[in-house]
Amino acid sequence: MLTTVVEKLKSNFPSGILDVREFRDETTVHVKKSDIVSVCTFLRNDESCQFDYCSDICGADAYTPENRFEVIYNLYSIPLNHRLRLKVFVDESDLHCPSVTSVWPAAEWPERETYDMIGVHFDGNKDMRRMYMPEEFEYFPLRKDFPMMGIPDSIPLPRK
Amino acid sequence: MNVEQAMDIRQQKILAALENKNTSVQFDDALENEMILNMGPQHPATHGVLRLLIKLDGETVVACVPELGYLHRGYEKLAENCSYHEFIPHTDRLDYLSPLMNNTAYVLAVEKLVGIEAPKRAQYLRVIISELARISSHLLGVGALAMDVGALTVFTWAFREREKMYDIFELLTGARFTTSFTRVGGLAHDMTPEVKSAIQQFIDQLPEKFNEMINMLNTNRIFVERMDGVGVISRDQAVAIGMCGPNIRGVGIELDLRRAQPYLVYNELDFDIPVFDGGDCLSRYYVRVNEVKESIKIVRQCLEKIPNGPIHANEPKKVLPRKDRIYTKMEELIHDFMLINFGVNPPVGEVYHAVEGSKGELGFYIQSRGEGHPWRLKIRSPSFMNLQATPMLVEGGMISDIVAVLGSLDPVMGEADK
Repeated sequence: MLTTVVEKLKSNFPSGILDVREFRDETTVHVKKSDIVSVCTFLRNDESCQFDYCSDICGADAYTPENRFEVIYNLYSIPLNHRLRLKVFVDESDLHCPSVTSVWPAAEWPERETYDMIGVHFDGNKDMRRMYMPEEFEYFPLRKDFPMMGIPDSIPLPRK
Repeated sequence: MNVEQAMDIRQQKILAALENKNTSVQFDDALENEMILNMGPQHPATHGVLRLLIKLDGETVVACVPELGYLHRGYEKLAENCSYHEFIPHTDRLDYLSPLMNNTAYVLAVEKLVGIEAPKRAQYLRVIISELARISSHLLGVGALAMDVGALTVFTWAFREREKMYDIFELLTGARFTTSFTRVGGLAHDMTPEVKSAIQQFIDQLPEKFNEMINMLNTNRIFVERMDGVGVISRDQAVAIGMCGPNIRGVGIELDLRRAQPYLVYNELDFDIPVFDGGDCLSRYYVRVNEVKESIKIVRQCLEKIPNGPIHANEPKKVLPRKDRIYTKMEELIHDFMLINFGVNPPVGEVYHAVEGSKGELGFYIQSRGEGHPWRLKIRSPSFMNLQATPMLVEGGMISDIVAVLGSLDPVMGEADK
């Protein structure tokens, strides 16, 4: 599955590709954080990749001491009809990740949502406001240390 | 000129006019100033609780910023705290116009993660319910669009047809709105002959009623001119901004996951993908209209082809057993106990499975750590991505075209806000 894409990525970014995983016929490529924009630009422009459609971007909290957060890019190619998933690790000490809005403008809202939910800041995204939660909300709800029942008084309610 | 200065000029004009006893005061500056207008979240044309901040120059939209989150219920957080089966009722509430489609999309993602496949009869039934959901959603899409641009009759006619569909859903699933019909590896119930004949009857009478509705719109000059050339987006822009579903087929791109990456039994069925290349509201409307016709075709074929057989995969440790067997058989009781208390326990891994929902690519990305509940579940909602294109579509147009553009995008806030 997707051997040409993976081979091309490995030869063009020998130090940027950390790991390649295969599960249920889906390929996940772990990319070094500093290389994500150049990898994405390559994937979009290369004629045997042509990932012109950014399906989705989301974040996950692995809850590990190192590389706690993951940013996951689900990509799709309309002309070649294949999918690829990229994954970038973000450490808790440096909650910044380069934005891919320059590659796919569609990334803007999903990146905002990722910031809103797990608190990874995307450098280069012009509109880095929260997507769903109120602007004054100070927690990131999809982190594993945020309780499901919420934190009392974290959203001020109007008084009578 | 700031607001205070403008107010001063206005005040002076009024005072001068009072002194001169001149009753026809001309405020030529009123429309030259830029104005900020807040539309929604409580606005009938925003299809729910979408809020748009609009900067106006006269009647022309200069800038538009959509604000989401008024219907955010945190389903992704809830999913991490409930088992795979417990999340099925939550999927009803995503795109609440086509709950059966969401049920199907979700269990397909879970089945891919677990590594099982539902039997043929269940797959055909899932296609039938998905296409019925698509018809139901597009009927509302077309009806609400017509209502937004001023044709109320079509809306009530569309709801008359949807009412019949809800009766069928009630017969089939026991609920009209929140169906929760699918299960991992199968379905909640089988289709009885009564339901089959009800669907058949509905499908047989729908084309006539639907054509009646569509003919009234297609030959209505006000409707067509209100839509034609409004909210135009180019091919490249639409792909770059991530539009999906009928909206991307309205710019001339034949992207339909039913054909591109077939799931269920779509590769055994004969249907066309309507594509229009205008990129405007009218094209998006035509795509929806033609998709309803194709969906009718698909349901008809499925009703003919549907085989007899079980509706649950033969995977006792993954699929919930039937209720009557739980009460009488030891094995099934054990499996039911294990599934309810500890869950499906798929292997460690991650999958992304997308289906062609009624609004576009509806995908579920699931990370599993081998537990009974997902470690992370992300809903890729089509309405969210379609709404992202709103500023592109409305900027430079007239303020009254915003309702037409929103109606033609057909967003559902339950899905966009999650």
